[in-house]
Amino acid sequence: MGRRVGMEVSIAAAETVALIDVDVVAAYPITPQTHIVEHLSELVANGHLDAEFVPVESEHSAMSVCVGAAAAGARTFTSTSSQGYALMVEICYIASSMRLPIVMAVANRALSAPISIWNDHADMMLARDTGWIQTVAENGQEVVDLLIHAYRVAEDHRVLLPVMVNLDGFTLSHVIEPIELPSKEEIQKYLPPYKPLLRLDPKNPVTMGPVGVPEIYTEAKKAQDEALKNSKKVIIEAWEEFAKHFGRTYRPVETYKCEDAEVILVMMGSIAETAMRAVDSMRARGKKVGIARIRLFRPFPVEELVAALKNARILAVIDRALSFNGHVGPLCGEVKSVLFDHGLTPYVWNYIAGLGGRDVTVENFMEMVDMVEARAAKKEPMGYEIINVRE
Amino acid sequence: MAKELGLHSWRELALGAAILTPGSASELKTGDWRSSRPVVDYEKCVKCGRCYILCPDMVYSPREDGYYELNYYYCKGCGICAQECPKGAIEMVEEGE
Repeated sequence: MGRRVGMEVSIAAAETVALIDVDVVAAYPITPQTHIVEHLSELVANGHLDAEFVPVESEHSAMSVCVGAAAAGARTFTSTSSQGYALMVEICYIASSMRLPIVMAVANRALSAPISIWNDHADMMLARDTGWIQTVAENGQEVVDLLIHAYRVAEDHRVLLPVMVNLDGFTLSHVIEPIELPSKEEIQKYLPPYKPLLRLDPKNPVTMGPVGVPEIYTEAKKAQDEALKNSKKVIIEAWEEFAKHFGRTYRPVETYKCEDAEVILVMMGSIAETAMRAVDSMRARGKKVGIARIRLFRPFPVEELVAALKNARILAVIDRALSFNGHVGPLCGEVKSVLFDHGLTPYVWNYIAGLGGRDVTVENFMEMVDMVEARAAKKEPMGYEIINVRE
Repeated sequence: MAKELGLHSWRELALGAAILTPGSASELKTGDWRSSRPVVDYEKCVKCGRCYILCPDMVYSPREDGYYELNYYYCKGCGICAQECPKGAIEMVEEGE
């Protein structure tokens, strides 16, 4: 039987990875991911987890070890943040192209410079084109559940892609929450042992990650793109199965009071819990406001977003990173693309909020709604702004 | 967009574009890259085999009489063999149109 305990989310993530019974962990510590990796090394050292823990000299090596281990048929895990992810990213493209079911937890943190150890989504956005499946947690329980789900999806022979589970650094990684940890037996019933479709085996030699000449490369990328697109049905199916096994229901886009909402806030991650409080108090004042929280960032949940947003008159899309393209934040650009393709024409304003650990408060969300309504009423040209900037 | 340049359908590629047959690099024709080809003067050749050893691809192979046979399917025209031949028996000849 599972147990419900008060636990730091990073420790819960590490305990979950141990319950999943991974074979290889290769990681380099970096704030705010450190507690996940430290605790895993303790679990291996004291015999609670029978795995190879490789204390590598960099994140580039961490992902390289994961690629090698996964290619040899091992269930692998790593975790990083920010600069560590930036150093790792070269090999992340290779992991997805080679179709290796590695799972990584990223404790999201801002990118330098200036140096910031605090939370935003710059690293998640750096990862957006790497071909990984990406999910985004809202709270500690979701971190645990998304990690279990990640292995089931990654190792499914219809998918075979790496999965990144995003959790907000500090805001989630360092808080103590009530966590329901399933038992090993319960996880095993949901998650069968990893059976590689293709692996490095001296008795049956294959070449993985070979050169792709111009006559092959396009077809290789087409196959990878199809794999990512097709993963969505498996991701949803694995969440449906998860609900049957563990009683908690997940879907690509989580909606909160969206049905009759005139204004919908679109966002990802833990700020949605704050936003829900803001929505409750605005609803109490008669404002029809809702939230669409994107849980599945890759592949992008197009149909689910259309369903959630189709009746809204006004959208406020909240990005937690800049794209430095001079016209739109990274998440809002994708949301607008979905709207355009589906003939939806709400008024859209893009807020860049919570950069490098700056708080996003209940009051901020209420201001965002007031301001976007005022702009829409005045038919101001749509655009973006960074909020909470001291002039 | 009918013009296709791929060798295989994307549906037929192995997982992650892996190669399942060992040694299949020998099928890859590298001989269409060269602008000049090595030509051996067997009157000068002393069968030392440096061309065979130093060729970075698989152009030279030993014959029963001790001389070396050239397979231009692989020759990129790098000229290492001509440079390294101690007897100057190999000449790089420019390819015609």
